[in-house]
Amino acid sequence: MEEELRALLRDLDALKQSADPTAIDRMRERVAGMVSPAAAAAAAVGAARSKIKDMSAEVVDSNPYSRLMALQRMGIVDNYERIRDYSVAIVGIGGVGSVAAEMLTRCGIGRLLLYDYDTVELANMNRLFFRPDQVGMTKTDAAVQTLSGINPDVVLESYSLNITTVKGFETFLGSLKAKSAHGCNTGVDLVLSCVDNYEARMVVNQACNELGQTWMESGVSEDAVSGHIQLLVPGETACFACAPPLVVASGVDERTLKREGVCAASLPTTMGVVAGLLIQNALKYLLKFGQVSPYLGYNSLKDYFPTMEMKPNPQCSNPACVQRQKEYMQSKPARDAAAKAKMEAEASAADECPVHVDNEWNISVLDDSDTATSSILSTAADSLPEGLVRELPTADSYQEPIAPVTSGAIDDDLEELQRQLDALNSS
Amino acid sequence: MPRAGENHIPIAGNTKVEEHGAKGEGRRAAAAAAAAIRSMEGWDRGTKSVVGEIPLLSTRAGPRDGDAWRQRLKEEYRALISYTSVNKSKDNDWFRISAANPEGTRWEGTCWYVHNLRRYEFPLQFDIPVAYPQVAPEIELPTLDGKTHKMYRGGKICLTVHFKPLWAKNCPRFGIAHALCLGLAPWLAAEVPILVDSGMVKHKDDEGAPAEAAAASGSAAAS
Repeated sequence: MEEELRALLRDLDALKQSADPTAIDRMRERVAGMVSPAAAAAAAVGAARSKIKDMSAEVVDSNPYSRLMALQRMGIVDNYERIRDYSVAIVGIGGVGSVAAEMLTRCGIGRLLLYDYDTVELANMNRLFFRPDQVGMTKTDAAVQTLSGINPDVVLESYSLNITTVKGFETFLGSLKAKSAHGCNTGVDLVLSCVDNYEARMVVNQACNELGQTWMESGVSEDAVSGHIQLLVPGETACFACAPPLVVASGVDERTLKREGVCAASLPTTMGVVAGLLIQNALKYLLKFGQVSPYLGYNSLKDYFPTMEMKPNPQCSNPACVQRQKEYMQSKPARDAAAKAKMEAEASAADECPVHVDNEWNISVLDDSDTATSSILSTAADSLPEGLVRELPTADSYQEPIAPVTSGAIDDDLEELQRQLDALNSS
Repeated sequence: MPRAGENHIPIAGNTKVEEHGAKGEGRRAAAAAAAAIRSMEGWDRGTKSVVGEIPLLSTRAGPRDGDAWRQRLKEEYRALISYTSVNKSKDNDWFRISAANPEGTRWEGTCWYVHNLRRYEFPLQFDIPVAYPQVAPEIELPTLDGKTHKMYRGGKICLTVHFKPLWAKNCPRFGIAHALCLGLAPWLAAEVPILVDSGMVKHKDDEGAPAEAAAASGSAAAS
């Protein structure tokens, strides 16, 4: 538009000099041609929709939720509209987090809490979501700007803070526990970790272990060609501190893992795929359809998607994790009873209508579920399939952490030690 | 800025590495010290011997752990006092650090590096992270922010390759003193010469500083 107006100005100046009478008519035509696109652009700016009170399944072009509500008619989701009752916290609004936030916003999530301490930079433009005109804004503010335009029904809360500091952590914990502004739900239903470093993951892990809050972790490798998502239910699955970092567990030389230089690679594709896997898992968890993956890897070079489950470490170094494990063990009878009741209900439902009325070939299905599950349960705990051995020895008994014996060794109080250091500093 | 935190491998529950066998406290401490030195493969002998003289810490406690944190803080002070004394005795004094709040969760000071007989001094600061000591402190040199790519946002020096794995292997035995000795010192030794030679960092005398400041820095460099 700006370009065209400049050209127009130039031609007007030319017109002043020339005496061609048809030139004025041509000029008029051009200006008239520019009026209608300008009007359309102005209309598009003003077209931000107003809030919608109830999600409608009506199939009309003007209904932003018609394709989502169709999930119900397709038999995938029982009650899609429940998504409006859910609150999700996204920690880290980078290549994965921002796309994840946009996906949930477009899905019509009830409330989104966004955490990041960074600002948008031009170096972020190889990823999705942020625009060059947002450079310099905090990532949370830029995200709120875009997301509120996409779907004004979503309640957005932005927290521009560093959660790894003591003060930031208190705010983080408080916001996860706080009631939503107008809803009756306490806290959040799911925390999504989309951060890019070990420190922040450990902090999210700490917060969720303390609150007993289910969360999902996501990550993209430094070389931008693989990633993973992981479901963490405190006490039930391994927490992020349950397994030691690779360098500690294996003693491998870290130089074999890292390339020289600080700058990591990133691709919009890998980040988009991981964000998609993460939000798909989150939707399955929240709206209760399909199977929620406990861990899903993505290797883009071979298009390999490994999955696995991880049990919590009874000797985890995180005390909150051990506490949640204890609670989970204590609630086992109740869970077993619930599972049994569910199985029986399903079995009775299945009995009512046989799958095949006639059985010409006398095929019968042997029930092996009892023996199979019990043998898996008993063996999985302490023995491995034939031919496999554990790499590290099993600890026979839990070694209590040694009590600090140094209380005698450091007899000075803190102030005295501070004075000693100050004396050294000033000498 | 993208950072990798993916060095995390999943292992089934019963694989935690614990030290067995060492019964006496003295033997345990000696074994820990030996393990700490052993984990420093590839480091120069001078640094190794200095690390051997910094007392190791034993309390696994972070800033939210109340009395256990006070105990950890005492151990931090003890290690810092020994390290500073060792440096002074070896005429290798190179930093000043003190807690900036009563809780000991924020630390501020200065550090300096001598290159071509001139002393370059930088303000130094960091917060103790919530997940400390499992997570190492992120040391910041705010005046160098944006001057080198060996840095994360806010002037946090890059410790990823040369220090973080060492810290992880020696948790909770390493403390602030170790982070300075094994994290910041090698970073300064590697980066300051490059920053000075490329003109990114200028000596304060060359920036038209007042005369008394120049004199002060001259005497400090000589001492």
